[in-house]
Amino acid sequence: MTPAIEAHGLKKRYGKTQALDGLDLIAESGQVVAVLGPNGAGKTTFIRAVATLLRLDQGTLRVAGHDIGRDPGAVRGSIGLAGQFAAVEPAMSGRENLEMIACLFGQTRRTARRSADAVLEQLGLRDPADLLVRTYSGGMRRRLDLGASLVGTPRLLLLDEPTTGLDPRSRLELWEAIRRLVGGGTDVLLTTQYLDEADHLADQIVIVDQGRAVATGTPAELKARIGGSVIELHVRFLRDVGRAAQVLDGFGGFRVQIDESTRRISARVEAGGEQLMRAMQTVTAAGLELEDIALRQPNLDEVFLALTGQPTQAKPTQDRAAQAA
Amino acid sequence: MTTASTSIDAVAVRGLPARHAGLARSTVTVTRRALLRYVRTPQLIVMATIQMSMFFLIYRYLFGGAIHVAGIPYVDFLVPGFVATGVLFSGIGAAVATAEDVEQGFVDRLRSLPIPRSSVLTARAIADTAILTLACAVTIGIAFAVGFRLHGSLLGGLAAFGLVIVFGFAFEWVFVTLGLFAGNGQAAQAMGMIVFPFAFISSAYVPVASMPVWLRAVAEHQPLTYMVDSVRALTLGSHAQAVLGHPASYFLTPALAWTFAILALFLPLAVAKYRRG
Repeated sequence: MTPAIEAHGLKKRYGKTQALDGLDLIAESGQVVAVLGPNGAGKTTFIRAVATLLRLDQGTLRVAGHDIGRDPGAVRGSIGLAGQFAAVEPAMSGRENLEMIACLFGQTRRTARRSADAVLEQLGLRDPADLLVRTYSGGMRRRLDLGASLVGTPRLLLLDEPTTGLDPRSRLELWEAIRRLVGGGTDVLLTTQYLDEADHLADQIVIVDQGRAVATGTPAELKARIGGSVIELHVRFLRDVGRAAQVLDGFGGFRVQIDESTRRISARVEAGGEQLMRAMQTVTAAGLELEDIALRQPNLDEVFLALTGQPTQAKPTQDRAAQAA
Repeated sequence: MTTASTSIDAVAVRGLPARHAGLARSTVTVTRRALLRYVRTPQLIVMATIQMSMFFLIYRYLFGGAIHVAGIPYVDFLVPGFVATGVLFSGIGAAVATAEDVEQGFVDRLRSLPIPRSSVLTARAIADTAILTLACAVTIGIAFAVGFRLHGSLLGGLAAFGLVIVFGFAFEWVFVTLGLFAGNGQAAQAMGMIVFPFAFISSAYVPVASMPVWLRAVAEHQPLTYMVDSVRALTLGSHAQAVLGHPASYFLTPALAWTFAILALFLPLAVAKYRRG
């Protein structure tokens, strides 16, 4: 089957900012591909390009086999878009919203009704379907937004930071809905700044930074790529965090990561087992009390740092970050 | 009744050539949404009606006694002006609605759909013109209730009404453009304030001759003045010459020229901005 997306050398400038700077990306069929990167990396610009919402300065882009410049209409017929903002009409019911979009995809009224029904069922919105969307919770609106992108049975689903601003429970519900979709055979491209989201959902992750793809692979591959392990210290007292960091600083030559809120200090090391022993000895000698000490695989946070030299956003926040990526 | 497991696949087969809604169907669908939005948001309608009525009554009863127009009661002078400038004030609402659609990603969604690009803005224009017509009709109803009378023929009155709608349609594109550029509802509301000098420094509420010289110079050549006076002339019929100093045609020609110019400038601007995103 043709790849869902084939992008080569995409460039796009906004004023002084080079949002896309030679981005290459192939998203094979039957996968969830996550585009991961910090704000400003070019994720939203890329997904908007795929959704035919902007014109590229340079590069070739084929979506579901159609060239975006030559046949944008065919591209639009193959995609479904759901973004950070739930683009649904509050003064209409959930069902009316979905039927409207289905109509715009050219479906007859009867087919539109069936499509809407199916999607409402699939996303667990059967009960509130006939209530006005302005009565829905934030999570329900996001799910309806997702539904609106599905009702035209797209070949490729484009999700732009789908869980930004959602509470943890709604996040999990949305992830579940997305996973069920993939099971049903829809290709998915999602952008995210949340590492756990990419880790949970994606078959393939593309890490972007400053408008370019810097790494591609499965979550496991990316973690393996930077090699080595990570020693993590979990100290009992906040006052010991500084000294624990000094202890780890001596090892491996990699930058020590400190998380004061959880009192964890971590650093990458080369030869795991031996370093762990030395770490324990040094820590004990320094008189620091440990809750826990661990030797583990690098997580995506550390992968990202290693590949791009920058830390990423730490945790999902409740408020909407109105930043262009 | 489809079950969850058959779900989406039961409805259509993926991989078939994508179907598109044609221009007519998509325009109707998007228009319907805009109208439903208005009709189902009672605050919009109620607030707009109350505000409009309030100002109308203030002018009619509070200021009316002090403003003197030769030859006709002030209410007959006021109503054409009020209704015509009402078009501008109602346009602010259109700008805000457009800006909110942009802000909330609705425009993005519509642009990502396989519908003809022109259908969205056409739908916007149709819906807003329909709403405008309704608002005008309500205003005119109130006007008759407080003593407004046509001095000309009924045909002239209907022509006046039609003319207001035509002006409204042209200004609609100014406001849609404003809304597309504003980016959010509040900015659009703020930009909408530009309506005030145009509405007030015109012949809408007071005879231009009563203004100080420097203001009169602006008012006399402003598009709104020609539009208001052409509507007024049609409601005055044969009295137009006496009250306004010129027959209807004197005002009609520049008014229509301005209308055409506004359309010629702002319609392509709105379309270009919509396509560019």
